[in-house]
Amino acid sequence: MSEIRFTIDGKPCTGKPGQTIVEAAKDNGIYIPVLCHFEGLKPVGSCRICTVRVNGRYAAACTQPVSEGMVVENTAPDLEDMRKALIEMLFVEGNHMCPTCEKSGNCELQALGYRYQLLAPRFPYLWPRRELDASAPKLVLERNRCIQCLRCVREIRAKDGRAVFAAVHRGPHVTIEADPELAAALSDEEARHAMEICPVGAILRKETGYAVPIGERKFDGAPIGSDIEKGSER
Amino acid sequence: MTNDKSLFQGHPKDPSALLDIIRTVQGRHGHVPPEAVSGIAAHVGLSEAEVRGAVTFYHFFSLEPRGRSTIYLNDSITSRMRGRTAVAKAFEEEAGCRFGEVAPDGSIGLFPTSCIGMNDQEPSAIVDGTVFTGLTADAARAVVRGLRAGKAAKDLVGKFGDGANQSDLVRAMVVNNIRRRGPVLFGDHEAGSAIRKMVAMTPEAVIEEIKKANLLGRGGAGFPTGLKWDFCRREKNPPHYVVCNADEGEPGTFKDRVILTELPRLVFEGMAVAGYAVGAEEGVLYLRAEYDYLRPSLESALADMRRENLLGKNIAGSAFSFDIAIKSGAGAYICGEESALLESAEGKRGEPRDRPPFPVQFGYRGRPTTVNNVETLAAAARILVQGAPWFTSLGTPKSAGTKLLSVSGDCARPGVYEVEFGLSVRELLDLVGGPEAMAVQIGGPSGTCVARSGFDRKICFSDLATGGSVIVFGPERDIFEIVANFMDFFVEESCGWCTPCRAGNVLLKKKFEKVVRGQGSELDLKELEDWGKLIKCTSRCGLGQTSPNPILTTLQNFPELYRAKVRKGDDYLTEFDLAAAVRDGCEAAHRHFECEETSHE
Repeated sequence: MSEIRFTIDGKPCTGKPGQTIVEAAKDNGIYIPVLCHFEGLKPVGSCRICTVRVNGRYAAACTQPVSEGMVVENTAPDLEDMRKALIEMLFVEGNHMCPTCEKSGNCELQALGYRYQLLAPRFPYLWPRRELDASAPKLVLERNRCIQCLRCVREIRAKDGRAVFAAVHRGPHVTIEADPELAAALSDEEARHAMEICPVGAILRKETGYAVPIGERKFDGAPIGSDIEKGSER
Repeated sequence: MTNDKSLFQGHPKDPSALLDIIRTVQGRHGHVPPEAVSGIAAHVGLSEAEVRGAVTFYHFFSLEPRGRSTIYLNDSITSRMRGRTAVAKAFEEEAGCRFGEVAPDGSIGLFPTSCIGMNDQEPSAIVDGTVFTGLTADAARAVVRGLRAGKAAKDLVGKFGDGANQSDLVRAMVVNNIRRRGPVLFGDHEAGSAIRKMVAMTPEAVIEEIKKANLLGRGGAGFPTGLKWDFCRREKNPPHYVVCNADEGEPGTFKDRVILTELPRLVFEGMAVAGYAVGAEEGVLYLRAEYDYLRPSLESALADMRRENLLGKNIAGSAFSFDIAIKSGAGAYICGEESALLESAEGKRGEPRDRPPFPVQFGYRGRPTTVNNVETLAAAARILVQGAPWFTSLGTPKSAGTKLLSVSGDCARPGVYEVEFGLSVRELLDLVGGPEAMAVQIGGPSGTCVARSGFDRKICFSDLATGGSVIVFGPERDIFEIVANFMDFFVEESCGWCTPCRAGNVLLKKKFEKVVRGQGSELDLKELEDWGKLIKCTSRCGLGQTSPNPILTTLQNFPELYRAKVRKGDDYLTEFDLAAAVRDGCEAAHRHFECEETSHE
């Protein structure tokens, strides 16, 4: 297969046909922040954190395929500020209480908040009233923290392919719902997988918590994305 | 009972039937009760959560009862300008419930709805599928009394409108208000002539003719139609499809309603031409739910054309076969976006797709599909008969042909006007009788609010592009009320998929309201602009990318109105209301009464 040559912030990069900008950037040791994206899942471009400029036009790097000669801007100050604004938007749209959240340290939204040095959001808090659903035997759906990334919707399915999680309503009223029958049938393994795939603390396992202490969690040592960037320094 | 299996009969046992089944259940029971949700889920092989996801996406579907009769009152700005408030009050008083509720006796449900395509005859409402226009408070009361007395909504229509609205198949009180008939859409057309001409040409020659005519998409985006057909034809993954986008939902547009009422066969001819050009044998007309009352007449036009061998097998004696099916929407502005429309036509939530791949590559049922606007297809049929040179002799060099405009608001002659591209706003205002206008909204909320200083601007793709919505605002109108109505619309109609459109528009609207309340500073005006740009640049589809336009275009064209609202030199939290904060704190501490007094001191 022929290699595709393109640049990110002026740096020559190569990619494979069909690869998205996010994937190709990673192979070239360049981190483009993502939140709804999860390796192996069909990208949906919902969070928009990965917004880049491609030949001068805005695009989501998680859905846009690479093409020959493409000029990608990734770290222009205005783009970085837009990303920071989107992260702030997700914080004010829900009710995120990091200190009391079991996902603290493993949460990708929190980690992006640190990476982007988020202090006070530019937007007013919306303090929405959201229902918590603890009806499933193995899971709690803590909607206060949900960022509608649709990872669970895409990934967690019954054996016959039916979706366990689905988006209901529309616009600012969109919420994620767990199908009562299918959620009740989830195994321990599947429930743990659902919690792990959730980038925030919206899907939590019941009966177990804080197995890994605060301080030893995924993003406690180094900022999100540094694993990809470290690769490029070698 | 609602788990009655007969509701599912005739529907395929796969997810593509989802919306059709929901529509049947909603029609029969006025909502989709829990036992029906399980029945539907089992029938189509989806989870109940997925079924609820589809029901709750569409405005005209509901998990909760909406009353034996349901009244959907249009909430467009023009409706408000024409006395909606009094009509709404009459509905509420007579029904005995508020909007958003069902009357205690379960007989009547009252709900607001986004523009239903009757902006030239407001206030209007859809009652059990029947359209009522030009409503007054008295008429509203009479409708409720009639429904309570057991009459069907369609029997409460007193007088039918003009033209085909009077036909046995339509029987609607809707009026066409055709004020200017232009040469393209309303020129003399011999039925079937485009199809007969087409089959004597090669598909490549058809595409070439449309390219030479420089026909640009009439939905507003202006993509070259010939090029789209060419791209679609070149795709190798048959079967190919033609989809007609009859989901005009931009507030203030109603021109496709008039075309579908008076010229349905011209549209179907255009679909056949498109089918021949791209190599499709099936076409789908996606009809917005608001225009479902036209469906019998559209089906009848299709039947006539089949009888005349203009549709069906080997049409017009050729080797080419083509037929058209109609699919109904269920109340969602976003489904006018072509990829969301395709999702909805496939029976899903109408959420836009990521592009690439584009619909010409991966469209209806994952196949190469050309999605074209109603007016575009009608124009294509005419171009084939009259020739590209005729078409390019109309309009401007870069915007060939004519445009059908839907004009409403503060003018003497609201209605549809087929005009050549290049007409200035001023000339249009003379035509429609609105010389006093303070502002004209071109292209609906997602378009541009033009101030008097911009009245020499021209309606064409390179200046003021429009899908057809033109709303005239007289000197006494409040720009802020208009903008607020438009922003409410976008917040309500966002699909909620992406962050900037879902959360950003709520935040932008709050900021705007703060400024209008007089609590804004100069910094707030800058933030309105910054946040608007953020939403435009980062949103996933055209809805989000244009949703800040009501604020951005009025900031640009009416800066003095905004400047008069803000406090100069302040950049602290001007919206902080100490009294309210103290009251909230006291409420939380159950010390309501004493604190309220304190806070007033």
